[in-house]
Amino acid sequence: MNAPFYKFGLFGDDVSLIVAFIVGIGFGFFLERAGFGSSMKLAAQFYFTDMTVLKVMFTAIVTAMVGLFYLSWIGFVDLSEVYVSTTYLLPQIAGGLLLGIGFVIGGYCPGTSCVGAATGRLDGAACLAGIFAGIFLFGEAFPLFSGFYVSTNLGRLTLPEVFGMSYGMVVFLVAAMAVGAFYAAEWAEKKFGSKKTN
Amino acid sequence: MSSTEAKSKTPQPYWNPYLSGIGLGLVLLASFVIMGRGLGASGAFSSAVAYGVQAIAPSHAQSNEFYSEYLGDGTKNPLMDWLVFEVLGVFAGGYISGSLAGRVKKTIEHGKGFTDKKRLLFAFIGGALMGIGAKLARGCTSGQALTGGAVLNAGSWAFMMMVFAGAYATAYFVRRQWQ
Repeated sequence: MNAPFYKFGLFGDDVSLIVAFIVGIGFGFFLERAGFGSSMKLAAQFYFTDMTVLKVMFTAIVTAMVGLFYLSWIGFVDLSEVYVSTTYLLPQIAGGLLLGIGFVIGGYCPGTSCVGAATGRLDGAACLAGIFAGIFLFGEAFPLFSGFYVSTNLGRLTLPEVFGMSYGMVVFLVAAMAVGAFYAAEWAEKKFGSKKTN
Repeated sequence: MSSTEAKSKTPQPYWNPYLSGIGLGLVLLASFVIMGRGLGASGAFSSAVAYGVQAIAPSHAQSNEFYSEYLGDGTKNPLMDWLVFEVLGVFAGGYISGSLAGRVKKTIEHGKGFTDKKRLLFAFIGGALMGIGAKLARGCTSGQALTGGAVLNAGSWAFMMMVFAGAYATAYFVRRQWQ
């Protein structure tokens, strides 16, 4: 086991901030390449006319998931040192719903609003301002629902544990599901998509 | 190619979504291998909000459980944070890609029947809902759906399904914004 490098003490906190900036550049670069600086393109996902959001997201998830699985299988990455955040089921279901509603109204998600703003989209900047306002509201109102916030704590829970399957089996099933979703997405674009390409 | 040249050209088409997705996935994988953690966005905004509240009302911020989580014990500047630096990188990376492809343009995107003013209002309202949602869920599409999705986090997958459900359920009511 050699990785994660940071967890094995190959570098410290100061260097980790430089790593963060470089990783962020890569993140922002590919989001923009995919067209996620454009709210029109992002929102089209929810009208079945342009399924780029689903395609990019599931391709990225499968790439990282399969890569991580093989790197841990050959003994390079210690999977137990890769951070898996605690599951709080009900707050995450409610938060997901709110974020989805906000996504189609606002036209961006939090990460893509940065890319929109960085490439001159004023609606991206307005969305970003809204996110700050929302977090501030959440913070101020926090004492009112701090109980709900920590409810249904299921600990560090992964899908292999939920379904009682091996890690590799779930990796395979998620990848297969993604391929099915890609076929469905291509079909939906042909049926509902507009004639123009971008 | 200089950026002014790029701007005067017609914007290049976006990359193939599967190719962009592989690129994004490799960045995420690199983050797992190097850092043992994935990507994020909303956490950086929380640090910034907590920092701002502390600057204006220090005792108020310290007594609030939510802000104090981001402020720590006061020995470290809350902005010297991994996600804050990562999000600064996202702005830079987005700008680099956009300017190389001639896509940096000061504009407000919306459908034909919608006004700029209304679009900015909707963007702000949508952003506010997402800010609340992301904090309830302890992450957004980056930190939960993408990162948690790749490490098969159960809560992240539940979150991701609900994001799509919420957006599809609302899409009809805001269709005029995008048509």
